[in-house]
Amino acid sequence: MGMNAIEKILARRSGKDAVKPGDVVVVDVDTAVSFDYGKTNIQKIHDPDMLVLLHDHVVPSPTLSAANGAKAMREFVAKFGVKNYFPVGRHGISHVLVAEEGLALPGTILVNGDSHTCSSGALNCLARGMGPSEMTYIICKGKTWYIVGPTTKIVLEGTLPEGVYPRDVIHYIAGQYGDFAGRNLEWYGSGLEAIGMDGRLTMATISAELSVEFSLFPYDKVLADYLDGRAKRAFEPSFPDEDAEYEQVITINLSELEPQVVLPNKVAWNAKPISQVVGKHVDQAFIGSCANGRLSDFAIAAQVVKGKKVADGTRFIITPGSQEVMRQAVRAGYVETLLEAGAVVTNSTCGACYGGHMGLLADGEVCITASTRNFKGRMGSAEAEIYMGSPATVAASAIAGVITDPRTVLKVEELA
Amino acid sequence: MSNKKVTGKVWKFGSDINTDLVIPNFAIYMKREEQPAHCFVANRPGWVDEVKPGDILIAGTNFGVGSGRPIGDVFVDLGVAAVVAESFNGLGLRNCVNAGLASLPCRGILDAFDEGDIAEVDWGTGEVRNLTKGTTLTGQALPQEIQGIVEEGGVVEKLTKEGFLA
Repeated sequence: MGMNAIEKILARRSGKDAVKPGDVVVVDVDTAVSFDYGKTNIQKIHDPDMLVLLHDHVVPSPTLSAANGAKAMREFVAKFGVKNYFPVGRHGISHVLVAEEGLALPGTILVNGDSHTCSSGALNCLARGMGPSEMTYIICKGKTWYIVGPTTKIVLEGTLPEGVYPRDVIHYIAGQYGDFAGRNLEWYGSGLEAIGMDGRLTMATISAELSVEFSLFPYDKVLADYLDGRAKRAFEPSFPDEDAEYEQVITINLSELEPQVVLPNKVAWNAKPISQVVGKHVDQAFIGSCANGRLSDFAIAAQVVKGKKVADGTRFIITPGSQEVMRQAVRAGYVETLLEAGAVVTNSTCGACYGGHMGLLADGEVCITASTRNFKGRMGSAEAEIYMGSPATVAASAIAGVITDPRTVLKVEELA
Repeated sequence: MSNKKVTGKVWKFGSDINTDLVIPNFAIYMKREEQPAHCFVANRPGWVDEVKPGDILIAGTNFGVGSGRPIGDVFVDLGVAAVVAESFNGLGLRNCVNAGLASLPCRGILDAFDEGDIAEVDWGTGEVRNLTKGTTLTGQALPQEIQGIVEEGGVVEKLTKEGFLA
């Protein structure tokens, strides 16, 4: 019996010939990513070269606690000789940065103390989030364990219509299939060929909201081109055996999709076609995070708002996923277009996505966001409502002041 | 006779109990000892004053969905003896296990208990008895290797013993 691409990485890194669902494997970790707060209690570490350290949730430090945490991080870097460190100025959201910097690589195992680590699955990298104590364990020992889960194969066919984006695809799956707790996703199909790395990273990131163990994309031409000249190390991609085992196959015809909005408080089983929610007033519109803080997200937002103004009574905040995204968005003129429209373009940080040091929602407010999560209280008040949509949906809603179908504001000729 | 058996009063929660409910955004950077007071303040205010050491938490599907916030630490600090859920989010489960908290996925658990019933949970074998109703069901006990982490009191305990942590 053959193995799928995820099982093959787990077998390779645990030194086994084969693994199957239900097995527990202990693996050697290739890359461990940690952020913001230096771990002051660690006395010895496994290997400084497996570490990537950076600042994203609280950067530049908004509190004394964060400032001292950042200082402890710099001391950790010096003490253990960590080479892959991204100080303030070269900072970015961890999942955006490891892709940009060629540090999340095909066929390797990556861990990170943030739940959206499955983002790097877009790079054929077996990646998942860990909690703080487990990150400490991995930094010390270089190993971790997984329970091998059953895998669903997602096959994308057709082409996304105008105004419909990868973000809508992953919302559609959440709405139709709910959560995949303890399970994996592998993505294939002819429809994937036209979806670039930014879109794949969005879908891989939001896979966390489907409770997947791993979400793995194939090593194909799109990914190979992206890594060309970028990958920091040699790597061996993982491909499924021809007779690989999948628990189920879900085929999605992209051509039939419409924009999908996730309703407040949870993601699984909670997405609806946008037609069911249009017209809802929004106090805040947000685009950013590891899900949608990339250049193509800025491009879409700028395209939607060009020559228009953010509605009175609505705030529009857009946050780049890294300093590099910011530089490129400035060069391309997107930042100027957004500022002219009355948007707030912020420093790169996780920020508003998790109710961090800016962009909080007041009691009773409504937000439409292209960030990661819509849990009660996530972005500020527990009495606020958080809807999620694609960057185009968010930008269109910011201009109208109400949840708006982006297809009504995007003209076909503008999409060229 | 398993030494992995706990008995306690049941608190029932629904599906999709997420990390942001356990540790709200405003409490993320508080000291560990300050965090438990804010657990479930958005969905069940006052619960932290009612839960007693030895109580057992029962929940629906997708328990612990969300971020890397160390939810297990909060439940351990509140004295919760075990979490039994229809299903766990993988990261939520890891954070419970790594905190040394007994955890058991068990289909049918929500229907088998009313809040306040007394549960006897054997997280070694997966057997769950409702002592109030006299019924029994069997969950999917975690693999032995993972149970071992709970038995050792979680990973921080283990690393400290081995000299990795100050």
